[in-house]
Amino acid sequence: MKGILKSMMVTASTFARKPVTREYPEGHRELPERDRAFPLLLWDQDIDEPFCTGCHACERACPVECMTVIMKDNPNHTSNDGPSKRRKIIDKFYIDYARCMRCNICVEVCNFEAIAMNNTWQGHETSVYDRSDLVMDLPQLLAQSKAKQIEEWVAE
Amino acid sequence: MVVDAPTPSEAGDFETQDLLINVGPQHPSTHGVFRMVLEIDGEVVKDLVPYIGYLHRGAEKLCENFDFRQGIGYMDRTEYLAAHNAELSYVMAVEALAEIEVPERAQWIRMILCELNRISSHFMFLGAFGVDVGVFGTPFIYAWREREAVIDLFEEISGDRMMYAYFRPGGLAWEVPVNFEERVREVLASSRQGVKDFDGLLTENEIFIARTKNVGVISAEDAIEIGMSGPSLRASGVPLDLRKTEPYMYYDQLEFEPITAEGGDVFDRYLVRLKEISQSIDLIEQCLERLEAGPIMAEKMPRMLRLPEGEAYMRTEAPRGEYGIYMVSKGGNKPHRVKVRSACLSNLQALKQMSVGQYVADAIIILGSIDIVLSEVDR
Repeated sequence: MKGILKSMMVTASTFARKPVTREYPEGHRELPERDRAFPLLLWDQDIDEPFCTGCHACERACPVECMTVIMKDNPNHTSNDGPSKRRKIIDKFYIDYARCMRCNICVEVCNFEAIAMNNTWQGHETSVYDRSDLVMDLPQLLAQSKAKQIEEWVAE
Repeated sequence: MVVDAPTPSEAGDFETQDLLINVGPQHPSTHGVFRMVLEIDGEVVKDLVPYIGYLHRGAEKLCENFDFRQGIGYMDRTEYLAAHNAELSYVMAVEALAEIEVPERAQWIRMILCELNRISSHFMFLGAFGVDVGVFGTPFIYAWREREAVIDLFEEISGDRMMYAYFRPGGLAWEVPVNFEERVREVLASSRQGVKDFDGLLTENEIFIARTKNVGVISAEDAIEIGMSGPSLRASGVPLDLRKTEPYMYYDQLEFEPITAEGGDVFDRYLVRLKEISQSIDLIEQCLERLEAGPIMAEKMPRMLRLPEGEAYMRTEAPRGEYGIYMVSKGGNKPHRVKVRSACLSNLQALKQMSVGQYVADAIIILGSIDIVLSEVDR
């Protein structure tokens, strides 16, 4: 009986504590800076083109092979009287979010810091009705960075 | 035609038959996709046949196609409740083969994270075990509250809540946040309160004791023979703790004693785990005292790691017991073979021995007390 009373005391004592639950869909908790959702591509605001040159480094390093990268000659390159120093640039880029396991390896291998893990709530809430809708194409991958909705966190 | 009712003497000659009950693979109390077929006589278990393999994903085989960085993510998924510990075995095997010297700071941080992971894993056990025993709700939610604090910290450090992919051969993927020590101490304070709560909630509770004492007893000899390890073995009175008996990293510099219990029953397995949380809190505090600034990655790490020929077996004390990685390299950037020695698979072998002769309801809490993670069993 003494033990049961002790248990009751523990449960009673929690009434005095502050609740730790959060109302999820209504309110979002602040995500830590390093939080990683799915990878997305970054937009070079100075030249107005993506950082990605389509070098296939991330595609080769991806353990789950969720990426497809196709490069092209950059029409904005200086040889074409453009402002960009990138000789090649990304043409098509697909990431299958359904396959991605968010291991951060693509970010580590990227030589141009062109890819980053999404650390916003938008990156977490990706529910769709059809699995094929989770295959993201280039405009979708660049949208958040283009609109300056993402703050990049760079590992030292 | 009228059939006469059997006379009492004839009724006594009826054959009695044992009943087969199928539990799982999708059953709330089997902690994942585990199936067991119970042969029961009345309410007493006469035989138990476990079936595993519903969660087999071929993680070992997949690792053969990956270089040493890509494999880390798969190790997370073999042992999702203590992913830091699983990663640790893997990177330690790689480091042993490549003879990489890991910087001190990286080692201490690894130790802190592994002990924190032990805390979160044991809280998970306490919560799930409470539900198995029948105290639905209260311990589960309390455990979740404390585990959440640890997991939030992991998210701040590594970016993910469960699949960290934070350790790398040679050190850590990136530096911990600036307020790391302060945050760890905060989490430890909340965990300490959590242990106190659980101690008051369950340890002396008469109903809980009546339910768990002398249930699912396994002797030390049998436990050793089966190959059990971790808290389940220590509950039978064997002081085998790899952190003490075969120290890896800097565990030899810390002061602690393996926690054991005598009875080897369900209650003891609970008690050992509860005490291990306090022990881990103590160990982390000792680690924090010794943590100094410095590099977190070994020097001169190549961009693509290539291992010399050879083989290594590195085992660590994960929350559920000995988690080992046996790695064979034949040169090149991919392992030739990776074998996962999972503590859960060995511990699960004791299930039949513990359960036969017990009630059906007790078979569930015996399974809960072994604390299995099915993804680790099936890999």
